[in-house]
Amino acid sequence: MAKITMREAISQALMEEMDRDPAVFIMGEEVGVWGGTYAVTKGFYDKYGPDRVKDTPIAENAIIGAAIGAAMVGQRPVAELMTINFAFSAMDYIVNQAPKLHYMFGGQFTVPMVIRAVGGGGRQLGATHSQTPDAIFAHFPGLVVVSPGTPEDAKGLLKSAIRSNDPVLFIEHATMYQVRGEVPEGEHLIPIGKSKVQRVGKDLTIVTYCKGLELSMKAADELSKEGIEAEIVDLRTLRPLDMEPVLASFKKTNRAIVVEEGWKSYGVGSEIVSRIYEEAFDYVDAPIIRVAQKEVPLPYNRALEQAALPQAPDIIAAAKEVLR
Amino acid sequence: MAETINMPKLGFDMAEGTLVRWVKQVGENINKGDVLAEIETDKATVEVESPAGGVVLQLIVNQGDVVPVNAPIAVVGVAGEKVDAPLVESGKQKADVKSDEKPAPQPQGKTDSAPQALSTPQPPVSSLQSPEIKASPLAKKIARDNNINLAQLQGTGPGGRVVRKDVESALSGGQMSKVSSLQSPISSLPIVISHEDEVVQLTKLRQAIARRMTESKTSVPHFYVSHEYKMDAVMAMRKQINEYLPDNEKLSVNDFIVKAVALALREFPNLNATFAGDKVVRHGAVNVGVAVAVTGGLLTVVTKNTDQLPLRQISGDVKQKVARARDGKVKPDDIEGSTFSISNLGMYDVENFIAIVNPPEAAILAVGSAREVPVVDNGEIKAGWRMKATVSVDHRVSDGAEAAQFMQSLAKYLETPVLMLV
Repeated sequence: MAKITMREAISQALMEEMDRDPAVFIMGEEVGVWGGTYAVTKGFYDKYGPDRVKDTPIAENAIIGAAIGAAMVGQRPVAELMTINFAFSAMDYIVNQAPKLHYMFGGQFTVPMVIRAVGGGGRQLGATHSQTPDAIFAHFPGLVVVSPGTPEDAKGLLKSAIRSNDPVLFIEHATMYQVRGEVPEGEHLIPIGKSKVQRVGKDLTIVTYCKGLELSMKAADELSKEGIEAEIVDLRTLRPLDMEPVLASFKKTNRAIVVEEGWKSYGVGSEIVSRIYEEAFDYVDAPIIRVAQKEVPLPYNRALEQAALPQAPDIIAAAKEVLR
Repeated sequence: MAETINMPKLGFDMAEGTLVRWVKQVGENINKGDVLAEIETDKATVEVESPAGGVVLQLIVNQGDVVPVNAPIAVVGVAGEKVDAPLVESGKQKADVKSDEKPAPQPQGKTDSAPQALSTPQPPVSSLQSPEIKASPLAKKIARDNNINLAQLQGTGPGGRVVRKDVESALSGGQMSKVSSLQSPISSLPIVISHEDEVVQLTKLRQAIARRMTESKTSVPHFYVSHEYKMDAVMAMRKQINEYLPDNEKLSVNDFIVKAVALALREFPNLNATFAGDKVVRHGAVNVGVAVAVTGGLLTVVTKNTDQLPLRQISGDVKQKVARARDGKVKPDDIEGSTFSISNLGMYDVENFIAIVNPPEAAILAVGSAREVPVVDNGEIKAGWRMKATVSVDHRVSDGAEAAQFMQSLAKYLETPVLMLV
């Protein structure tokens, strides 16, 4: 199987879906002539033309609002947000309109829209351009939130997202476009709302997703050298959340940590830990620990930024703590 | 033909027993020898086996009732069989038993009938889950499923939390092997800050301990002899032997002490004896008892003919009986007939202590911790294993010089432990 980058995997998914369904079109800032800020849509403008690859003004509420309207009348827009931090400018559309239209119109409308948004820190973009606010969006029923951690999942999940009749927020990580992995060519669908065991182990469960997966894999390799075998469950979809593989793994290991890049308070980790306590209390053998970003606006300074973000050594330390 | 089952007499001084729990219910099939009920006597909770097979037709007394020895407690017969009228009548008799029974001091402010108050102590299950025990939810669940008393486990998690592996190692016999020394559940009773006086009704076991200890300390003139033992050889031999034994069969330091005491008693029959007015009975058998802390008190489990058994067999016997004692499932035979007792507080980091003679025995050995301390050897200070022990003796039976020689004989075995193997 071909080893390709996350960028290529996402690009493949978009192209295959655009080839398959003429209702699919792309809109966003610099997605057309420039080829996308992260070069995901390079070549698309030439191939599909300005009608299907639309450069937009710098106005996120307009981008998402227009995408919702197009989706309601039968198109399948893939709207790109240059960074997820700009989603706050379109917050009403993203959390208050898109997720609720189907419900409030009694099923007369669907909103088959995908918002591709780039999240995460680590590229010294400053506090306002480096956030990981995934949990905020996962809070709203009606909005599907997907965030892959491997190229294979990125391709399979994006294709499923484009075919979904629900609005999907598809979060990609700014530092992961060069991550390589094996990706099946051509038609490759991964169902939304299915967590996956990415590494089998017996001593503890690491629950994570997106960038946390990359860090956890690294940490697990280190732990393995010391005889500790971590099982890693990748959530892949934050809403709807699939707890089954998490609980199955936890019932085996009885000890867990949750790794996310966002802040710890009110985060994804808090949700996972609560669910484990609620649904597998009798299997808890040690307190479950969250590994997350330090509770500060992310610094610009490289050393400080790296110190504030969760890193593999933090995961290793947490793993040892729960195994104490 | 229906058969009536009576409250058994499980000791020569047993007058009554508390029916703690019905194991079989009316309508259940029962084989001869199956456990029908658990009853609490002065000494322990024991299981009552059915002398007949069939179906349980009637349970005459309620859980918690105090029943005189030989009074009917249940009827076993063929399914559908009519229970004879007199037997049904005895159900009423039971009520009389209750009201006749006006035991001991009534706790103040308590209006419950006394038998009920007496019945509150530990049916084994109730002691399993005390909220004050620090244990993970998983450890609690495994303990609950396997009838293990968490209070008796040593937690290895942070802050002494009992975690899965602690319960599992107890299940496989690992931790239980440490139990030859006293581990007091009392230390884990809830610490409640209250300004009210609390009145705690004595369990039967506690009452028995109170009576017997008072009897001993007021009627037996005690004297005490202490000795410090060089334990290096025992520690080394134990380590060597344990390397070849499975986890659940590893020898404890206490096993060596039990064996050494038994051998020393062979040489000092006067300490393996009972004072009897104008004579002393020197027992033919050496049956060493080991004190075990159980919920609300302690029991002495006995290994018969201790001097005749190899170490490994002593160890296994003690382990089994201690486990039964802890579970409240002790058999009368487990706790009867000791001729000398050992009380070992070694696991609590106790330097030395003094025990009260356990009548009708003539002596008891109190054992402290084996610890590595600086010792003088050929004018040089080195590290060595030392353990202090004190024997308490009935002065009517023996004197200081004999007790001191006994302690020296014990030193011979503990310091040259290979003697225990020949």
